[in-house]
Amino acid sequence: MTAGASDPFLTAAALRAAIAARELSAEDACRAALDRIAAIDGPLHAFQHVAADRAIARARELDRLASPAGPLHGVPVALKDNIAVNGLVATAGSRVLERYVAAFDATVTARLEQAGAVIIGKTICDEFAMGSSTENSAYGPSHNPWALDRAPGGSSGGSAVAVAAGLAPLALGSDTGGSIRQPAAFCGVVGVKPTYGRVSRFGLIAFASSLDQIGPFARTVEDAALCLEAISGADRRDATAAPREVPRFLADGARDVRGLRIGVPERVLASGVDADVRRAFDDSVRTLERLGATVRSIDLPHSHAGIPVYYLVATAEASSNLARYDGVRYGLRADAASLDAMYDRTRSAGFGAEVKRRIMLGTYVLSAGYYDAYYLKAQQVRTLIRRDFEIAFADVDAVAMPTTPTPAFRLGEKTADPLQMYLADIFTVTAPLAGLPALSVPCGFSSDQLPIGLQLIGRAWDEATLFRLAAAYEHATPWHGMHPPVG
Amino acid sequence: MPSKLTREEVLRVARLAHLELSESDVDTFTQQLADILAYASEVQQIETTGVAPTSHALAAGPMWRDDRPEPSLDRDTVLKNAPDARRDAGLFRVPKVL
Repeated sequence: MTAGASDPFLTAAALRAAIAARELSAEDACRAALDRIAAIDGPLHAFQHVAADRAIARARELDRLASPAGPLHGVPVALKDNIAVNGLVATAGSRVLERYVAAFDATVTARLEQAGAVIIGKTICDEFAMGSSTENSAYGPSHNPWALDRAPGGSSGGSAVAVAAGLAPLALGSDTGGSIRQPAAFCGVVGVKPTYGRVSRFGLIAFASSLDQIGPFARTVEDAALCLEAISGADRRDATAAPREVPRFLADGARDVRGLRIGVPERVLASGVDADVRRAFDDSVRTLERLGATVRSIDLPHSHAGIPVYYLVATAEASSNLARYDGVRYGLRADAASLDAMYDRTRSAGFGAEVKRRIMLGTYVLSAGYYDAYYLKAQQVRTLIRRDFEIAFADVDAVAMPTTPTPAFRLGEKTADPLQMYLADIFTVTAPLAGLPALSVPCGFSSDQLPIGLQLIGRAWDEATLFRLAAAYEHATPWHGMHPPVG
Repeated sequence: MPSKLTREEVLRVARLAHLELSESDVDTFTQQLADILAYASEVQQIETTGVAPTSHALAAGPMWRDDRPEPSLDRDTVLKNAPDARRDAGLFRVPKVL
């Protein structure tokens, strides 16, 4: 093995270049990742399932090719366990899918492999992507590599941990209300929720279909852009995947942010933001200003309703999507004498408490007599939240906020109070409600050495501006070079 | 406008959702769902007269394609994931309905 493969924090771009130059093989890179997982993933618990044999076979195939398969040639990638890989488990963190083996590839899986990526395994997530800490996984939790007693964030917590701890340079997650950006912030890595419709959802186990979107985790902005390019684009299997051209999200050296206008929603940040987070956020905005961006205060007057609107809309959609887990065609079945009793017992035995709570809430707000008061009302306020952004984007090119109100909380700290857990998503729910792209980039540390994330939200289809701002910020700051104290 | 979530309503919703709840689940959910709905009542204070609902953030609407028949997943492959399939007959099985 060469020196390159022994640095677990090598970027995907550097790894691809080294493999293309035959300085190391795809198999070397794959084995290095698998060895590191075997050595240090025990206490982190990022992985639900490590697909070692499949990965090595795939890497060897790549090594036999005369020229690189694509822009991710030989790069190990971890996938959240709600994304289908033909022949691998896909539990979505749920007991109900404990023995489910996907019989097809998600579109993102096929596209990653076409680009030359090597899928090394599936990562821990909150059950059906419902949660902010991975504590709702039937197989979790994952632990934050910066402090093992802290939550990694969720729901895509295992993917964030895998990338932060150098177990893989890239991972995919899914983001419905913050499930990529919040764990990215908690673990000190880059996480991107693309524009709704940018990435096909075919093969993603559904939570809330008008909000769900797959996106990358990476340790650098450039790597995140590379990964998003590989998975984006129209798909005949997902009618919501838009036939828009996929640009180079980050042109080489595109770090000039002079003249870009950044809006800061001061009123949204006026209360409830941790002092260390506020300081890191203010510093990061000043850094962007120093790099040539202009900063102005904006108003997003309906943002305060983001959490309740999100939980009314997302749970309604979830109650419908999760009706399919009925013990008939796949997944768990509980024994019962009648069909109805079989449904009831299967679902009661298969779902965890948070999933039941959300199905109950969603069923309630859709039920006769309550639909208009809750669900329809929430959809109307969703329109107002979208309009707030439309108005803001007439004057600015991106909106900046902290990704989360606090750094990573302790495991166990919020499990007794669902509402407190929901409030961890207070700054991340509005972008998906409006369908907008958003990313989180590391922007410093708290006084107790926990990472903090800067969130940038952009216009629909304008991920490129977010990548440009984030790349400029990353280049001017040391955070991406700092790694957690593991292995 | 609903004011207070009752145990009876929780039981009604559980039936609609095909969930069998224990007595303690019913108590816990009655309290927790009432708290969440109280928090959500903030939404009901917002003036929305004449505001169209957003069911989907996608401005362009869904993409259409030709409806051409093509092979679906192999039947045996699909039945492998079924908890009680008759694979020889190509059937999913469920408890007696009638």
